Amino acid sequence: MSSIVGEKPALIWVLRLSVVLLVALWLFPTLGLLVSSFRTADQIATSGWWRAMFPSEQNLTLRTAAPETQIREGDLFVIEGQLFGDDAKGEISAWGTSARDPAAYAPGTTAELRRGGTLTVQADGRYRYENTEEISGKRGPRVFVSATVPPEFTLENYATVLVSGNATDNMAKAFFNTLTVTIPATIIPILVAAFAAYALAWMEFPGRALLVATIVGLLVVPLQLALIPLLKVHNEIGIGKGYIGVWMAHTGFGLPLAIYLLRNYMIGIPRDIIENARVDGATDFMIFVRIILPLSFPALASFAIFQFLWTWNDLLVAMVFLIDATGETTVMTKQIVELLGTRGGNWEILATSAFVSIAVPLVVFFAMQKYLVRGLLAGSVK
Amino acid sequence: MHPAIQGLLTIAFGVGGCVGYFYFSNLVLDRAIFPARGPHIARNIRRANMIRPWLFLLPALLALGLYLAYPVVETLRLSLSERLPGGGSEFVGLANYQQMLAEAKFWEALQNNFLWLLVVPAAATWFGLLAAQLTDRLAWGNIAKSLIFMPMAISFVGAAVIWKLVYDARPEGTEQIGVLNAIYIYFGGDTPMQWLTIPFWNNVFLMMVLIWIQTGFAMVILSAALRGIPEETVEAAIVDGAGPFQIFFKIKVPQIMDTIVVVWTTITIVVLKVFDIVFAMTNGQWETQVLANYMYDKLFRANDWGVGSASAMVIMLLVLPILVWNVYNARREMR
Repeated sequence: MSSIVGEKPALIWVLRLSVVLLVALWLFPTLGLLVSSFRTADQIATSGWWRAMFPSEQNLTLRTAAPETQIREGDLFVIEGQLFGDDAKGEISAWGTSARDPAAYAPGTTAELRRGGTLTVQADGRYRYENTEEISGKRGPRVFVSATVPPEFTLENYATVLVSGNATDNMAKAFFNTLTVTIPATIIPILVAAFAAYALAWMEFPGRALLVATIVGLLVVPLQLALIPLLKVHNEIGIGKGYIGVWMAHTGFGLPLAIYLLRNYMIGIPRDIIENARVDGATDFMIFVRIILPLSFPALASFAIFQFLWTWNDLLVAMVFLIDATGETTVMTKQIVELLGTRGGNWEILATSAFVSIAVPLVVFFAMQKYLVRGLLAGSVK
Repeated sequence: MHPAIQGLLTIAFGVGGCVGYFYFSNLVLDRAIFPARGPHIARNIRRANMIRPWLFLLPALLALGLYLAYPVVETLRLSLSERLPGGGSEFVGLANYQQMLAEAKFWEALQNNFLWLLVVPAAATWFGLLAAQLTDRLAWGNIAKSLIFMPMAISFVGAAVIWKLVYDARPEGTEQIGVLNAIYIYFGGDTPMQWLTIPFWNNVFLMMVLIWIQTGFAMVILSAALRGIPEETVEAAIVDGAGPFQIFFKIKVPQIMDTIVVVWTTITIVVLKVFDIVFAMTNGQWETQVLANYMYDKLFRANDWGVGSASAMVIMLLVLPILVWNVYNARREMR
């Protein structure tokens, strides 16, 4: 192909452009979530996230400082300050003192307030509120401004979701619950599967072919079938809903893929190595522990990543086997689904929670991509 | 006990238990039952080697049997019986299936599932093939690939949130924060659309999420297959004056047809089991029901195990042809 497109520069550019377009299309939705998680609720609600990088024209409702900060200048009581706060910046294009006419005055002009006194607002947000009598009340008067506000990002959402939020917003507990589900559910099936895969790859016994075929068949059995029968079993043997049940369920559901992947890999280990070891008097157990396990590391890593991603991202198994009525053992996926239902409009919480939950798999994905790809290839192409 | 400690104990117990089981069962077999010494040494070793595979397989077989094989049989039984108040159940024949077939929601779910089956594997495979071919010879192709592959790591629930933001609608007159509505308004649409509530098309919007996730998978596998194509076949076609499109469709695609079928069937299985996306985004409202969510509804909301199991059997039935095909191929390979 290169020799063909090489002759036509135009085609190369079409090719490059279409790849850029495709990547952009695939990245865009995730990027939206990431950017949104760093914006305040107001920003998310009033402008699209793709505008977050640029200064935006916004209608804001601000207040002057509270009357308790007033100072006396001769006969006048004065409150002075900066509408946007100390460190924020903005460019006011118009302002007003009532919600009905929020763009009544140009910056730099002075307006009479209904509650008495005059207010002057500059374009950069500085204001001066003067009154001949002492200014009373708890809060300063409201000021409606149309302003161009520079992009602003905040970590507050992450603080809410990880540390300070109330029970429905805080993901810390669900995060640890997910971790608690994931780690044993990833490690245990590997060991069980490795021994079985070795037997299926390197030991001669009647019924081996049939067993391999059965495992290939079980690979695609929908786990939906297992929900009720297993919940019944768990209840009968006294596990009920809980971590033990969900660990066992994930182990069972992960085994066919684990055995299949590991067997395919182990069968490729050179026969000489194993037979030499046998001649030297090694037992199968020793061969397995000393030779097969270390040599199979790439396959073990592939499966570990699959199983980790699958258990971390799982919703159904956790809902059926783990989460009971108290909700103490809720996992992140379940909590996000609940947020979608009850707080569907609170994008700052939703986006941040979702990002917290997908951050760990993304890190694993980018760090271990090599093994993931290898595993995929071993699992589906021969 | 704190779950984290419980988790650590489980790892220790599970791993230790497994290693201990394998080690000691082998030890017992070799030393106590069939010791490799004495007058019957040859016979003993032979017998020990006959039993050993089953020692290695036992834990896996138990788990597979309990967690995958038994449920198939038990679900079949449940789908043919009715729970009695106060425990126990009675055989009711096909009554559950009849009841299910009489429900409009079931037909809606079945119809939608077929729609998913038609669209998602085809679209994901096609996009995957396109991405694999386009990135093949680019210097930065690997970066592009890993970005397209990335959604694989994102949970269905996370993807649901991501795409809900894309489909978000704000009241008319205010600025749209969902990309789709923003584009729609920009190109002259008048009222923002609630995309997920428009029957039929909302199915397509839900499918987009799965296509977005599965394209990376298809791309990775097809990309490896494309690299495996013998260079000579392509060169011969170039010498004969074939254009790039002819090379792609007439030389490359036919040679990786087997892999395309594998990718297609794998995504088909994912589609048949699709649950989280629908559950999180619409929960089957506005005519977006699919079988897996219908089943969940029946099992855990309506508490109707009979009809729920019957619908699970329908999913199993749809998976069956692929199961048979996979087993057939695996057996052919083993010979």
